Formats: sequence, structure tokens, C-alpha cells
Amino acid sequence: MAQVQLQGIVKAYGALRVVHAIDLDIADGEFVVLVGPSGCGKSTTLRMIAGLEDISGGALRIGDRVVNDLPPRDRNISMVFQNYALYPHMTVRENLGFSLKIAKRAEAEIAKAVTEAAEILSLTPLLERKPGQLSGGQRQRVAMGRAIVRHPDVFLFDEPLSNLDAKLRTQMRVEIKKLHQRLGTTIVYVTHDQVEAMTLADRIVIMRDGRIEQIGTPLEVFETPVNTFVATFIGSPPMNLLAGRIAGGAVELADGTRLPIPPGHGAAEGRAVTFGVRADNIMPVGHALPPTAHMAEVEMEVQLSEPLGTETLLFAMLAGTEVQAKMLNPRPVPLGERLRFQISLDKCHLFDADSGVALRV
Amino acid sequence: MTRLRLPPWLVLLLPAIIILAAVVLVPLVLSFYSSFTAYQLTRPETLWKWIGTFNYRKAAGDANFWWAFGRTVLLLTIALNLEMLLGLGLAVMVSKVTTGQRLLRTAMMFPMMFSPVLVGFQFKFIFNDNVGLVNNALQSLGLTDVAIPWLVDGHLALFSIIFAEIWTSTSVFAILILAGLYAIPQDPVEAAKVDGCTPWQSFRFVTLPFLMPFIYIAMAIRSLDVARAYDIVQIMTNGGPARRTELLWTLIGRTAYVDARMGYANAMGYIAILLSIFFTIYFFRKLTAARSELGMGV
Ligand SMILES: Nc1ncnc2c1ncn2[C@@H]1O[C@H](COP(=O)(O)OP(=O)(O)O)[C@@H](O)[C@H]1O
Ligand SMILES: [Mg+2]
Repeated sequence: MAQVQLQGIVKAYGALRVVHAIDLDIADGEFVVLVGPSGCGKSTTLRMIAGLEDISGGALRIGDRVVNDLPPRDRNISMVFQNYALYPHMTVRENLGFSLKIAKRAEAEIAKAVTEAAEILSLTPLLERKPGQLSGGQRQRVAMGRAIVRHPDVFLFDEPLSNLDAKLRTQMRVEIKKLHQRLGTTIVYVTHDQVEAMTLADRIVIMRDGRIEQIGTPLEVFETPVNTFVATFIGSPPMNLLAGRIAGGAVELADGTRLPIPPGHGAAEGRAVTFGVRADNIMPVGHALPPTAHMAEVEMEVQLSEPLGTETLLFAMLAGTEVQAKMLNPRPVPLGERLRFQISLDKCHLFDADSGVALRV
Repeated sequence: MTRLRLPPWLVLLLPAIIILAAVVLVPLVLSFYSSFTAYQLTRPETLWKWIGTFNYRKAAGDANFWWAFGRTVLLLTIALNLEMLLGLGLAVMVSKVTTGQRLLRTAMMFPMMFSPVLVGFQFKFIFNDNVGLVNNALQSLGLTDVAIPWLVDGHLALFSIIFAEIWTSTSVFAILILAGLYAIPQDPVEAAKVDGCTPWQSFRFVTLPFLMPFIYIAMAIRSLDVARAYDIVQIMTNGGPARRTELLWTLIGRTAYVDARMGYANAMGYIAILLSIFFTIYFFRKLTAARSELGMGV
């Protein structure tokens, strides 16, 4: 077990920089998820930690060693790849035991470790099969088994669930979480799926274009996003953003609708701003929006409703922008109906219109 | 008058059937038939002299034939294995080169661009005991002062022939193995690195199993090539000295055209073909096994 420390880590392909001097401290036993849109440099960062990609600049520490120039085999890490990367010519048993065989461990010890890992991941009946005879979910479990037999210092996961169907994905997510609780090993996990990130992580690292936008616990990044990118990336449906301007101590939208400045935020008179509110915090009056200290009301015309069972998602227009709102205690909503909506101002956000940065005070 | 009407499909296929019959079927049947006769090129009437399996029985008891057979198998074994090792080494090295790889790949193919007859002449000159490059070089370097009889001594002559074979054909292995190296999925190789493999271990346990199908294809192609080896040997040593480098097809060629005993030569030819069939089946089995090992199906 070990902590991982990235100090000003840079990756460049020739003149093209794809990771820009990122700093990240990962504590021993922590489950950290790197999340961001495709192409933002998550895999590259992970592969630099693994030693599969040269580090162009900065220092990488695993435990208390600088490992920049160590080959993967000397870093004591395990990695689970997106496409499983099993050895097709070896049985599940051989796949699981391969790293120990390479490390020249005793036969008996290998057999014991393999049996144990197979037990944990319910692979025991499949031990004599080849990867070609396994389903996607089973292959994924073998890939995980191969990672855990070695008791490495750090586990690295690169989108391990993205090739599985939705149901299996949820199931494996739970298994990975349990595995972490059971082994307590440091995990760095890459995904583009914010739900995976929210459910698995101790801390989330949100990346964009090779830079870290925000680091924090799932609740921190959800409740206090540092900018509009994080605000819309984390949470589903994405946060509604309304363009406006500070006028007379309130946010005035394009059509003249006035919304109070959310508590804890502030901006100079006349500044162009973006008002952010999640669907959970804007509901039709009388639909059980939990009351908070500061409330506001707006009237909107409903364009579309999506019943989800326990709640209904409403799509409405406000100042020329589509807004998603929620309705608990669902009832059929006729198209074009004008409703009054309540907003929990305490849960709303204010961002600078140009930079997107949160305007907290 | 009713004209004979052939079904249209037959009419359409007829040209192909006629050509195939003329170039494949007739020679095949004729040569097979003649292997049961005392046919001599110089006496055409002997084509009708049926002697049953006499030619086959004679070949079975002919020491020269079996020596040539054994020598062909020996040449094949040595040449194929060395070519495989050299080709593997060459392919791996070329695949590691980052700049100028195209150029190297092309250069690697050069030996295959020359006619084997010319290669034979070239090596005949290189290994000549008086004016050859090898002896001249060895003597100039002071490594020896005798003229080593490269093409005259039986063992050395076989060595020289194997050398020439390897020079021309290692690139068959190299190019096929290189294709294999390009086709290897990167994931398992990376997984092996993370699993603690040294570069040699990754190669041995992951890369090589992926290459085996390509190696067996090259083996199958080259086994057919070497089993019918004729030109290089014919030029370099003409099967000599004293039949010490006689291979199956130089023997068969000599029997057919020098001794004019076509019937006997055909009989030996049919036995020789069994060798090629054996190696083809052998390497294709290996290929299938290597592929199913990798879960590639059959
Ligand atoms: N070998 C390479 N050469 C040049 N650019 C690359 C190379 N590999 C990746 N990139 C670029 O680096 C960026 C980050 O890639 P990656 O880390 O794979 O993103 P992701 O966050 O989707 O995992 C992408 O824009 C990609 O195009
Ligand atoms: Mg990726």
C-alpha cells in the first residue's frame, strides 16, 4: 500500500501537450476517480502512473520513491484495462497466476493466491477456461482477479466497465467498491461516466483538456462546483444555466425575469453572469420542494414531461433557455401548461459569464 | 437434323475445363501413367512398355535415392530453423526501428528479388576455392593460408548451399513475422509489462505465442520451397562432389534428362511429392493448433 503523488506532471507528444502540469496527492488506501470527457487526458495520466507512457515533465512518487524512470515491473502496481487485455492463450488460472509465476513464487503459493482471488470474484468454476470462452462480465472479473492476486501497492483502472451492458455495469460497480473496502488498497480509477465517479470515489478529480478543473469529495464537487464545466459535468440531469446580468442587486434574465442572487454569492452591478440551478431545486409549487431559508418563484411554460415513476422530469422554457425541473408526486402535465415554479436559492449558483468561474464570496 | 445441345452451364465452363485439362490433368495422368512404364526419352516406343510397380520398387531399394531424400530433409530442417531464428531476430529489430523503417523493410526484401539461378552463380563465385571472395578474405586476413574447398568438400558444400538458401529466403520469415508483429494487440503486451515481465519475458510469454501462426505459415511456404530445391544446388555444385550434395530434385532431374529415364524419374517424383504433402499437412496442423491456442478458432 502506498500514497501516490503527482507533481507538475506533463505529457507532450512532440510539440503537442496533452497533460499540462497536473498536481495530485492520493493518500494511502484512497479511492480516487479521474473523470472527464473523452480525450481530456485521463488515460494518459493513468498510463504515466503505470509506467506505460513516458513522463515528459514533473515528478511522480509512489510510496516515497520517485518512479519517473522505473519500468512498470518495478512500480508494484496492477492495472485493469478497458478491453480486459487478458492473455488469450492462457487459461483463467494461468492468467490469474501469471504475475506470480513471473515473480518466481512457489507453486503452492501461486495456487493459494489464485484460489483466493477466484473465490473473491466467483471465478472458481471458470478456472480451466480460456478467455475466448468467457462472457464480457466474466472477462472483466478475470482482469480484476489478475490485478488483485499480486497485492500491489496501487490498483489502476482504465474505464473497466465501459464495455459492459448497463445492468452488469451497476453490478460490477458494487463489486469494485466492495473489493476496495475489503482490500483497502489505493485505487486510481478512470472513467468518463460521472455516475461511476460519484458512486465509487472517495475523491473525484475532474479533468478537461489536460488540466484538473476540481478535486473534491463527490458531495463537494456536486454542491460547490468551481465553474460551469464541473457544474454541468457532474450531476444528472446537468445543471440548468441561465444567462443574465446583475441589475439592482438581482440577476436579470434576457426576458426581464428577476432572480435574487443566491446566498453566498456576489457580483458587481452590471456584470454578465450565469445563474445555475439543478432540476432537484426547481419544482412546481406544491410539489414538495424541501423548503430552505431563501426561496424564489418563476412562471414557466412546460414543453415536455418525462415520467420516470417516482418523479417526473419537466422541460420548460425560461428566458429563451430550456430548463429541466423535477416534479415529485407526479401528475399528468398537459403540454403548454403554464406553472409557477419554486426555486431553492440556497442550492443555486452564480458563475461569471465569460470565464465560467463560480462567484462565491 | 438435331444438333447436340449441351447445357448452357457446361458450354460456359468448357473453356476453363479445356485449359485445365490441357495444362493440369493431361500432364498429371501422363506422368503418373509413365511412372509405371519403362519410358525413356530417347526411345519413345518404351512409353507403351508397362512394367507395373517396378520403378517404385526400384526407387525403394535405391540407396542414392534415399540419400538424396535424407539430405533434402536435413537441408530443410537446418535451413528452416535457421531462417526462422534469423527472420525472427531481423523482424523484431526492424519493428523497433523508429526512423527509416520503410527503407529497411524494402532492403530486407532485396535477396528475394534475384533469380535463384543468379544467386547460385553468385555464391558459386563467392565460395570458389581459388578466386572466391571468402577464401581471398580469409587469406588476406591471415586466418588461413590454404584454399578451403568450400564447394568441393562434401560437408562444406552442403554448408555453402544452406548458406545461400538462408541468404535468399530469410526475408520470407522476416516479412511474415513482421506482419505478425504489426498485428499483435498492444493490450496483452502492456498487461505483461504491468504484471512484472522483463522485455524478454513479455516476448517469450505473450508476443511469441501471437507470432506462432505467422511462423507456421512461413514454415509451410518454405518447406515446399526447399523440398523442391533445385536451381541453387544445380548451379553451385551440380549435386556433387560425388553426389554429396545431391537432393531429391537434382537427382530426379538428372535421371529424367541426363539419363533420359523418364519413367523412373516420374516414379521418384511421386514419392518426393509425398514429402511435400507431409510437411504441408504437418505445418498446417501446427498452424491450426497455434490459432486455436490463441482462441482464434479454426
Ligand atoms: N500517441 C499519441 N500521439 C499524439 N496524441 C495522443 C497520443 N495518444 C493520445 N493522444 C492525445 O492525448 C489526448 C488525451 O488522450 P487520452 O488520455 O487517451 O484521453 P482520455 O481522457 O479519453 O483517456 C487526446 O487528445 C489524444 O488525442
Ligand atoms: Mg481513455
